[in-house]
Amino acid sequence: MSQESAMAEGGFWRDTGRTGIGAWIFSTDHKRIGLMYLYCVLGFFLVGAFLGLLIRLELMAPGPTIMTAQTYNAMFTVHGVVMIFLFIIPGIPASFGNLVLPIQLGARDVAFPRVNLFSWWLYAIGAVIVLTSLFTGGGAPDTGWTFYVPFSARTTTNVSLAVFGVFVLGFSSILTGINFITTIHRMRAPGMTWTRIPLFTWSLYATAWVQVLATPIIAITLLLVVTERILGLGLFDPTRGGDPVMYQHMFWIYSHPAVYIMILPGMGVISDIIPVFSRKPIFGYKMIAFSSLAIAAAGSAVWGHHMYTSGMSDLGVLVFSFLTFIVAIPSAIKVFNWVSTMYKGSISLEAPMLFALSFILLFSIGGLSGLILGAAATDIHVHDTHFVVGHFHYVMFGGTGFAFFAAAHYWLPKYFGRRYQEKPAIIGWVLMFIGFNILYFTMQVLGMEGMPRRYYDYLPEFARLNFVATVGSWIMLAGVAIVVWNLWRGLFKGEPFIGNPWGGASLEWSIATPPPTENFEEDPVVSHGPYDFKGAGVP
Amino acid sequence: MSHLEKDSFGAKLGMWLFLFTEMLLFGGVFILYSVYLTRYPKEFGLGGHQLDLVYGATNTVVLLTSSLFAAMSVTAIKSGAKKLTLGLLSGTVGCAFIFLGIKYLEWSAKFHHGIYPNSPKLIAGPPGESIFFGLYYLTTGLHGIHVIVGAVLMTWTAVMVQKERLNANDNVTLENVTLYWHLVDLVWIFIFPLYYLIL
Repeated sequence: MSQESAMAEGGFWRDTGRTGIGAWIFSTDHKRIGLMYLYCVLGFFLVGAFLGLLIRLELMAPGPTIMTAQTYNAMFTVHGVVMIFLFIIPGIPASFGNLVLPIQLGARDVAFPRVNLFSWWLYAIGAVIVLTSLFTGGGAPDTGWTFYVPFSARTTTNVSLAVFGVFVLGFSSILTGINFITTIHRMRAPGMTWTRIPLFTWSLYATAWVQVLATPIIAITLLLVVTERILGLGLFDPTRGGDPVMYQHMFWIYSHPAVYIMILPGMGVISDIIPVFSRKPIFGYKMIAFSSLAIAAAGSAVWGHHMYTSGMSDLGVLVFSFLTFIVAIPSAIKVFNWVSTMYKGSISLEAPMLFALSFILLFSIGGLSGLILGAAATDIHVHDTHFVVGHFHYVMFGGTGFAFFAAAHYWLPKYFGRRYQEKPAIIGWVLMFIGFNILYFTMQVLGMEGMPRRYYDYLPEFARLNFVATVGSWIMLAGVAIVVWNLWRGLFKGEPFIGNPWGGASLEWSIATPPPTENFEEDPVVSHGPYDFKGAGVP
Repeated sequence: MSHLEKDSFGAKLGMWLFLFTEMLLFGGVFILYSVYLTRYPKEFGLGGHQLDLVYGATNTVVLLTSSLFAAMSVTAIKSGAKKLTLGLLSGTVGCAFIFLGIKYLEWSAKFHHGIYPNSPKLIAGPPGESIFFGLYYLTTGLHGIHVIVGAVLMTWTAVMVQKERLNANDNVTLENVTLYWHLVDLVWIFIFPLYYLIL
């Protein structure tokens, strides 16, 4: 470990109690827990990205390329499970949320520090169970990350264990949500009114409600899959009078809101970064804050748009289509407000800002292609094609993934007391951005032309675009590798990062770098808003 | 964390949020119940008649009594009556055991008649009947697990009261465990009419 200088300056790196690994895995300090989450999610991101690369390699040319059909099925399932449940759901809320949220509120820790540690343990245990399922039993699950019945009830692969692992991960997510809601309600520093809460924390508040209100439904749904497999209850089995479409309803009642667990924190990150790097207060603070809640609320009522082709009444399709379009309104409010914030700002194009700007573009493309899927008529044309794959990668990776890296460049130097190098960060970002668009935009075109998703093989007419997409995946991963390597190297060996170089006005920039164990020497009294740069004494 | 002031309101807020998630967990089963009831009203009626009303009603009384004990234990600890608190908590745990015992008798009787998940009798019978009993075992099984968890928590709380880690001034843990117990009771209050009293 080479955090000597950071440790020498003190901060939470200097442990007062246990030593060695115990100082981390038994620590109730929210900053240590946040960093443990960060290492885990980053590790799983790299695993998931590698699997994605292999999938693209297989699809580079028609016919078998590097793996069998069964391996391919397992590959895209594991890619999905790892990316969704181990990276993108806990990604920003559990890692950066834990690192930043209490400090932004002026609190010394979250409301339930021990529950917080327990959440991390559940996450670790759930991850181990999921990983175990890949190598034991009848082989890695091959159902797709949605575990749709009847296939998931019948396949001989190790679905039960994987599903149980996801159940444990859901528990972790619920406890984090409960902790954050309670913290935001009870632990705000004097003067930290609801309209002075930084927008990142606001977005975590909305996220936490979705975590608490939606996750139990997937818990019960996954338990049902296990009972189908082990006890044969037959609740989704048509020969026993069950209905497989009921599974899809219950699955998406959670999993569509879960999409907002993934994207809302990313939007929060962007809302914090854009004003700092534009040297201007955020435009429409209240609208951004409330639009998070509006997205959380409206996003909970749109699950049916995953099932237009599964057999629903025409009225049902109409209602779900309408509700889906409503979510576009608060999302657009955010985008317009970010752009308005930059208007006539003094924009400084450093790495966090570049990731934030690309977030706006990529998320907008993802959101607009979402409208094509939300409208029933066009959805039926592109349903279950590569268009859908392109769309959700635009939102999930182009949105949340880029926000994750924006957050990493923005906040991590604060916690490590060292910073990355600017030039490699920008080169990595350029490669990621270019490769990303080549990969996923091509996928959207492929989908429009009719290439189905999840298929192992395809017709020769799709060969050229698949090749292009695969080349895009290489460029993008080269960018990811540079970004991750540069962050890693910089945070442990880079130049010292002291004071408030970004010029942020929220509370985390007012304390020492790295933050002391107790966050604040004295309990802060908040007298200005998080984007009131003049009030914060920042030039 | 020692430096944090004990925030009992916050602790209760957290517990209430957790209880919401538990309600939603059971809510998922009740959604399935309502959908399949609409589809198979006749079979659900016939299935309901095969459940033993005496067992069900007795268990309802047992659980309601246990909830009364639990609620009284909160009042008792607040007035500093340690012995009474311990007695009431033991009463709650005792009721939990009686409940589980009756549940055991009930399930074994059903198993004896060939009604259990994936049994030849259910597979041969009408589809709606298999769904009814599938849901019955799922819901009561899930509820039973919650009874066990609740009893374990109650026992742990009793130990804390015995050691005086919970006392007249600091009793939010006992209150929270009691809230959890009330949830277990509440869920049963829905299960009983839906499965035993239907039609």
